[in-house]
Amino acid sequence: MFPKPIEHAPPVTRYLYNLLLPVCVIVWLLPLLAVFVTSVRSQADITRGNIMGWPSEIQIFQNYGAVLTESDFVSHFLNTINITVPSALLAVCIATLAGYALAIHRIRIGATVFLLFLAGNFVPFQILLVPVRNLALETGLYDTATGLVLFHAAFQTGFCTLLARNFIRELPFELIETARLDGVGERQIFLRIVLPLIKPVLAAMMILVFTFVWNDFFWATSLTQSNDTRPITAAIQSLNGQFVSRHHLVSAASLLAALPPVILFFLMQKHFTAGLTLGASKG
Amino acid sequence: MTNVSMAAGRAERQTVFRSFPSVPRNVKAYFFLAPAVMVFSVLVLYPIAHSIWISFFDMTGADLFSASNKAEWVGLSNYLELLEDPRFHVSVQNTLLWFCLFMLALPAGLGIALLVNQTAPGVWLYRSLFFFPFVISQVVVGLIFTWFYDPRFGLVGKLWDRMGATPPAILGEPGLVNFGLIAAGLWPQTAFCALIYLTGLCNLSQDQIEAARLDNAKGWKLLRYIILPQLRSATFIAFLVTAIGALRSYDLIVIMTDGGPYGSSRVLSYFMYEQALSEYGTRQGYGAAIAVVLFLLTMTVLSIFIWRTLKSEAED
Repeated sequence: MFPKPIEHAPPVTRYLYNLLLPVCVIVWLLPLLAVFVTSVRSQADITRGNIMGWPSEIQIFQNYGAVLTESDFVSHFLNTINITVPSALLAVCIATLAGYALAIHRIRIGATVFLLFLAGNFVPFQILLVPVRNLALETGLYDTATGLVLFHAAFQTGFCTLLARNFIRELPFELIETARLDGVGERQIFLRIVLPLIKPVLAAMMILVFTFVWNDFFWATSLTQSNDTRPITAAIQSLNGQFVSRHHLVSAASLLAALPPVILFFLMQKHFTAGLTLGASKG
Repeated sequence: MTNVSMAAGRAERQTVFRSFPSVPRNVKAYFFLAPAVMVFSVLVLYPIAHSIWISFFDMTGADLFSASNKAEWVGLSNYLELLEDPRFHVSVQNTLLWFCLFMLALPAGLGIALLVNQTAPGVWLYRSLFFFPFVISQVVVGLIFTWFYDPRFGLVGKLWDRMGATPPAILGEPGLVNFGLIAAGLWPQTAFCALIYLTGLCNLSQDQIEAARLDNAKGWKLLRYIILPQLRSATFIAFLVTAIGALRSYDLIVIMTDGGPYGSSRVLSYFMYEQALSEYGTRQGYGAAIAVVLFLLTMTVLSIFIWRTLKSEAED
């Protein structure tokens, strides 16, 4: 282990470490903490210009309540869910199938497909922008949740296929070989043998795609327009307009909008790390 | 189903593939692959090709498919115009600045990873607290840092006041704005790198470290000669995602500055959007040309990665 386990260090070092850690975290999260403190302030504090000092009273429920009831926040939040969940499901389904094909079968185009998916992950969005937007306009999918879902699912498929492929390759191949000898069909092998074994990577893919799509801003602003479809990331700036000079409410709204992926991260950290590094560690 | 040998393993798979009876199974594999290849081709590959194509057209108010409103083929003139465009020069400069300064995420991330690579109780919580900015939406990061920097009521302004100086408008000064933006971008990027490095630290070879310790190596020397070489793979991944992240920077610029003041914080990705789609531009051909430049920059970085992957797959 590097550095040396702190338990073996002299007491002074241990004491310093225990002091250093919280200080570092506080400095690290300072911008966020400042916004949080703003989000629980009263209107009076904001008008008086007391924006960074200690709040004169803590109005956590009033402020967050106001965001939920006095603005379009909830409807945009639901729009985001409406886009994010189907995208994640679709991408995971398509990618698992493809990952299975690439991991188990040696097909001629396998290497090419793998490489294209790998590279596709990293292309700048701008190179896709004009054609994808025109395609959406021509097919009537512009400004619909379906349009965004299809695009996100397609784009995330590359990344997810890599994860699925790498994970399935680590499975004991004898299992599949035996099943084949017993006359089990390819579809049954996939459904009955492979799928149950790759639950962890399915979870990892789900939460990663969920997070990526939830946080997307570029496509949200490029492919949607109306309030009925715009997800929360694209709408948060217009909330700024609805809450003019009510700084505390905009802060509260922003923090709420960022919350779901953060909660997922804290609950499923293991899957997060596994997903991000399994996709990456192969390089 | 098929008459293949009992033996398994990767080498064996190769022969399974070559033996005649397994052909139908491979045909089935294409069915498994088909949906992914289809959506990916239509929504990722085709758009790339199409963008390159329209970068040779003057698309102002034109529709490439309709006969009535023909786009005009202009050859390389979009690219030639870019070379003369001062806004393009600023964008390229800033993109390179992002690229270089973003690399600070690597040592910073390694530092955090080393700090929290402990098993003491409670350290897991600190780990999560260091890592989670990475999952916060860039939009929210942008808003957070905009307020943080505000000279009148932001925390940075307050700190400056305490020191008795007039706080600078970080996002309002052409000389400072890019550094302000990059610092905001570094916050989640460093968290990401820390996560990558921590995983790398967990996979270190204990024997080598113990042997080096017996040889009295410690601290910086141990890190430099024993640990870092073992972290090469992690460093490479961190470099790749950071480079791509720098080239992709867009959200923060839209949220925090809109390319201002006076266009001094434009980067290629922002400039492209501005030209092609924003309220200031409908020049899709010109925008596409900018996108192609950005794409080529990305592919340069990626080609190193692809080359490495091919090598490791070949060894496999």
